[in-house]
Amino acid sequence: MIHVKNLHKHFGKLEVLRGIDCHIKEKEVVVVIGPSGSGKSTFLRCLNKLEETTVGDIVIDGIPLNSETNVNAIRREVGMVFQRFNLFPHMTALQNIILAPEIVRKTNKKEAEAIGLELLNKVGLADKANEYPDRLSGGQQQRVAIARALAMKPKIMLFDEPTSALDPEMVGEVLAVMKDLAREGMTMVVVTHEMGFAREVGDRVIFMDEGVIMEEGSPESVFGNPQNPRTQSFLSKIL
Amino acid sequence: MGEFRWELMAESFKPLLKGTVITLELTAGAVAIGIVLGMFLALMRLANNRLLRGIAIAYIDFFRGTPLLVQIMMVYFAFPQLFGFQMPDNYQFIAGIGAMGLNSGAYIAEIFRSGIQSIDRGQGEAARSLGMSHAQSMRYVILPQAVKRVIPPLGNEFIALLKDSSLVAIIALEDLMYTGKIIVGRTLQPFVIYFEVALFYLVMTLILSRFVNYTERRLGKSDTR
Repeated sequence: MIHVKNLHKHFGKLEVLRGIDCHIKEKEVVVVIGPSGSGKSTFLRCLNKLEETTVGDIVIDGIPLNSETNVNAIRREVGMVFQRFNLFPHMTALQNIILAPEIVRKTNKKEAEAIGLELLNKVGLADKANEYPDRLSGGQQQRVAIARALAMKPKIMLFDEPTSALDPEMVGEVLAVMKDLAREGMTMVVVTHEMGFAREVGDRVIFMDEGVIMEEGSPESVFGNPQNPRTQSFLSKIL
Repeated sequence: MGEFRWELMAESFKPLLKGTVITLELTAGAVAIGIVLGMFLALMRLANNRLLRGIAIAYIDFFRGTPLLVQIMMVYFAFPQLFGFQMPDNYQFIAGIGAMGLNSGAYIAEIFRSGIQSIDRGQGEAARSLGMSHAQSMRYVILPQAVKRVIPPLGNEFIALLKDSSLVAIIALEDLMYTGKIIVGRTLQPFVIYFEVALFYLVMTLILSRFVNYTERRLGKSDTR
């Protein structure tokens, strides 16, 4: 589903990604962990070209990410959820969800609204359809953001630290939605500090540091028996 | 020292009101041109294309970096010579509106640009991540939010333009200022008449600035919408 070969990314002189190779299969849930500044968010953002890559090839669902046309086509198939939600503040929850289906997929309004309401129901916010984002809590906003991404019927979902900006008591409601999604067979790449989630839902855990993949494997092996000393030291600090 | 003939104020009221109408028409026309021009320039200024960006920057630099008075003279005297046409009868009015519109376009472009850039980067990223094109994300996500933020500075630009419109008196366009000048020439009462002219401008700018404050407050309530 996702093939990444020799991915490098520079910000000016700073080399943030130093050669990433990675293959993510359909329906796989991959959790990316690592210290801040390790390049994990940048890696995720490269997967839908929110960051230009310096060197390397990315192929998503058989389509190489190289031209502008391809990029727009890919982004329709790859949903993204941001740390800071990024809901459109001038639109209600429902309007946020149906905007892209209407103007990008050309779904008619009625149909889009039906899909939107169904998704709001799925994330437990059917009663908030007509609320503006500033009337919603952080956890509710993030669930709307997930519904918004799902409305495009993506094949892959990217999560960039989806619970890091939330009050602790709201983390659970967002993770619950993500767990449902994983159970339904969505291909997911999740950058997170929620090790419980990684352990429970992840098919594979990738540990990144200094712009490379230091270690990867099943949650049991990475958490239970880390091989790389960097992984060991990172895990000992957070577990 | 002569005496002040205050009764002239009442006598001059009607002709000055006529001049005021011209001033308002001039300002409104210039603002309309400026908004359209400014929107295009702002989008060009933010474009990825270097040529478009360069044209916009050169335009903005020129019109903000030279006096409006000079620009009015150039449009009025130099354009007919440059393009070889006869001045039509109402050319003063066309040149006045044109010069002020070209000038305010540069200022309004910068207002729009800063409004667009004040929108959180995450908004554009979210839009693009949903598969929207650059143009779609501008139209549906960025601009609706930016428009609300630019209303107060845009209002201030209107007020500045209204006052600066008095410069068109130099090309004998019968606006409020020029009408005042003519009356002074006839009555030799500069203090009384210019005081009245100033009051006319003051009333207009006060009304405008109250209106700007009002919209600012109203939008402020729903700032995040």
